[in-house]
Amino acid sequence: MTLIKTTYNRRSFLKSSSLAGGGMILGFSWLASCKPTPEQVNNIPKEWFDINSFLKIGDNGMVTIMSPNPEIGQNVKTSMPMIVADELGVDWKNVIVEQAPLNTDIFQRQLAGGSQSIRAGWSGLRMAGATARHMLVAAAAEAWQVPASEISVKAGIISHDGSEKSASFGEMASTAATMSVPEEVTLKETSDFDIIGTDKRNVDGPNIVTGKPLFGIDIQEEGMMIAMIVHPPAFGMTYKSMDAETVKSMPGIKDVFPIDVYPEGVERQWSDGGAIDKLVAIVGESTWQCMQAKKALKVEWEKSSDLESTAGHDEALTKLLNTSSKEPARKDGNVVSAFKKADKVIERTYSAPFLAHNTMEPMNFYADVTAERALFNGPIQTPEFLEKTLASRLDMPVEKIDIKMSRMGGGFGRRLYGTFGVEAAVISQHMQAPIKLVYTREDDMTQGTYRPTYKVKYKAGLDKDGNLIAWHVKGAGSNDDLLFENRFPAGAVDNYLAEKFSLETNVTTGAWRAPRSNFVAGAEQAFLDEVAEAAGKDPIEFRLALFDRAIKDPVGEPEKNDYDPERYAGVLKLVRDKSGWDSNQKNGAARGVSAYYCHNSYVAQVLDLSDDTNSPKVNKVWCAVDCGIVINPMAAKNQIEGGIIDGIGHATYSEMTFEDGKPQHNNFDTYRLIRHKEAPKEIETYFVDNGIDPTGLGEPSLPPIIGALANALYKATGQRHYNQPFITEKSVIG
Amino acid sequence: MANFSLKVNGKTQEVDVDPSTPILWVLRDHLKLVGTKFGCGIAQCGACTIHLGDNAVRSCQLPVSAVGDQSITTIEGLSENGDHPVQKAWLEEDVYQCGYCQAGQIMNASAFLKRNPNPTDVEIEDAMNGNICRCGTYTRIKKAIKNASSISNA
Repeated sequence: MTLIKTTYNRRSFLKSSSLAGGGMILGFSWLASCKPTPEQVNNIPKEWFDINSFLKIGDNGMVTIMSPNPEIGQNVKTSMPMIVADELGVDWKNVIVEQAPLNTDIFQRQLAGGSQSIRAGWSGLRMAGATARHMLVAAAAEAWQVPASEISVKAGIISHDGSEKSASFGEMASTAATMSVPEEVTLKETSDFDIIGTDKRNVDGPNIVTGKPLFGIDIQEEGMMIAMIVHPPAFGMTYKSMDAETVKSMPGIKDVFPIDVYPEGVERQWSDGGAIDKLVAIVGESTWQCMQAKKALKVEWEKSSDLESTAGHDEALTKLLNTSSKEPARKDGNVVSAFKKADKVIERTYSAPFLAHNTMEPMNFYADVTAERALFNGPIQTPEFLEKTLASRLDMPVEKIDIKMSRMGGGFGRRLYGTFGVEAAVISQHMQAPIKLVYTREDDMTQGTYRPTYKVKYKAGLDKDGNLIAWHVKGAGSNDDLLFENRFPAGAVDNYLAEKFSLETNVTTGAWRAPRSNFVAGAEQAFLDEVAEAAGKDPIEFRLALFDRAIKDPVGEPEKNDYDPERYAGVLKLVRDKSGWDSNQKNGAARGVSAYYCHNSYVAQVLDLSDDTNSPKVNKVWCAVDCGIVINPMAAKNQIEGGIIDGIGHATYSEMTFEDGKPQHNNFDTYRLIRHKEAPKEIETYFVDNGIDPTGLGEPSLPPIIGALANALYKATGQRHYNQPFITEKSVIG
Repeated sequence: MANFSLKVNGKTQEVDVDPSTPILWVLRDHLKLVGTKFGCGIAQCGACTIHLGDNAVRSCQLPVSAVGDQSITTIEGLSENGDHPVQKAWLEEDVYQCGYCQAGQIMNASAFLKRNPNPTDVEIEDAMNGNICRCGTYTRIKKAIKNASSISNA
């Protein structure tokens, strides 16, 4: 049993109350770091200003758990309430999950990103469930005059063996609400979990398969008009003038006007990255009418800065990699003398292009701005930051701004940057009417906020016994310096040097699923494969020897090393066993292996290609994951499978290129995304069972798969792949 | 603008729109049936898939004037209680992540299974290749289609 101190006190995030119709309600904070927003909401007591969620036990025993987080497809709306329900001791079939009520002023705006929801929420969610359980038990102990320690709770039933008394949660809930909130609670042993660790289906499934209006783009309000934008055709161009008159008279068109989205003086948040300051807005009665007007409109643009091209980016990144940094990001030993002594030296350069996020639901936002207040609704990963920018742009206190959060048709980092919300606000204010701003796919794909383009150069030195004695890595990216210098193999090589560079570009960039890792993992793991081959060693054995070194005798200051070598080695060993690696290596199967750590979770993968050397296909992927305790295996596997398919797809097929500042792809006819036929035939996922507190899964399976793919392609075709998308190097994948 | 009489999910509906308006926007903006999704607008992603008669078509490229008296079925009308074998199979396999493309996937899969009730893996991949899922749920979609095929044939 684990006894933990709750955070119940005067400034608590645990508060209880009875329900008017019978039952209890316990308020708690989804994430312990939440800040209060003092407002009142229906059916939530006024003094509960520092909570952001609640669980409610009705007199019928039904438990309602409120989910304050918007969904981007990471399934937190199901998995987070599971944690509360397990500690509470309720049967999952009696749990209802509700999205935050329509007036969300009381709830902490939250950020969906970085695979952190489960990791950050774990303790608070358990504490909330355990606190309600303690109060139910205390109520029963008082009613039955027995010691609370003799009472047990299972599947919504409170019982006392000695007196053979039992009661349902519903019967005890009203009394429980009158008990004091305990200052200490006992958490369940992890071995006693009966909801955590079991497959629970997505609570929104029935709404998704029947086409219910769940997404921002589905919003319909009385008197709402449709708005679209026209943005500059190239980075480095800005709005000059237009001939709006003929377009204004087109059917259904209400107005066409330039907008200054970010005039001087607006206080920008980090989430305003990628903003295009001046745009043209078209407002009309229907989407199709706006699209027709958009086509007919003639806008003149003028040059405001350099018109960059892919060839220029490539050249500039190469140049950076040929320079030396004055202050390396990390330096252990002396690589210069080690390379001189080395028996073999291998040097390789890898690259990857800009990528668009391409959420299937294009950017959109609903806004209704009047002089008195401003109402918003739509898909946004960072509503709290959007609200701050809106307050500055509309010159309105945050108390008068209300943002509702819709389910999101994909995030992948794109909706961290809510500039579309500011655009919607400015358009609504101009029209003095509610509008829904909708981007076309072309607007969405050419707006920017891309995954940066990257280049990385690795150099490794081996001694005559094939031991890795020197490692030099130089990384560079557009508006991003790429490397995590304290991750593997730092700490496992005596002589280690990491240098990083950032190239300033006016093509805007932002976080894209597993930032930096989404490129550097594939490059590093492909390079290691080549180094292991040069050393004459099995690629898994070669890596395990390095982890062994990092465990027994870490290089540098061990606390600096940003990974746990035992857990890293653990996933590699697990995937080796599950994939039958050793026996298949002897058969010469076209297989590649890769392992990576990011977002606090460890993933190792083996990828198996079909033996068609002209057009190999991904037959199967074995994946071993250490994310600690798995909350919902069925959903966890879904995230892993999605990351694998996403990684294979983008590394193989996708790229955004530029000529004179202009994005060269604007829709799915030429911007290639992975499709059904190209997906792995089968994915098997295994989790390490170690009882460690859980970490996230939205991102970690994507980065390493690119290395596994490159390594398997080499086995199949004899060709190493250095430049993404691989399809441009040779058309090797069907 | 012109008047059109459309048979949508078993009901006759009147709309007054420009004849070039794609059915996608008639459904979403005029009939408030937003289950059919906008993804690309150029028939490349399949998010807007509906049934025209028994055939799966891309509603973003189908002008209202071309429909005539053919019946339209959208995700909202695929079954009365959300219990079409394909919907049941999708729930069983817990297919979706963000869920945005899934109406199009389900509409395409249901029309396909009607033509080919016992498909092979390759036939499923060929039939579904036009529907993009950005979250990468392809392996589950395939399982769900096989599962739906066995539910229908049971």
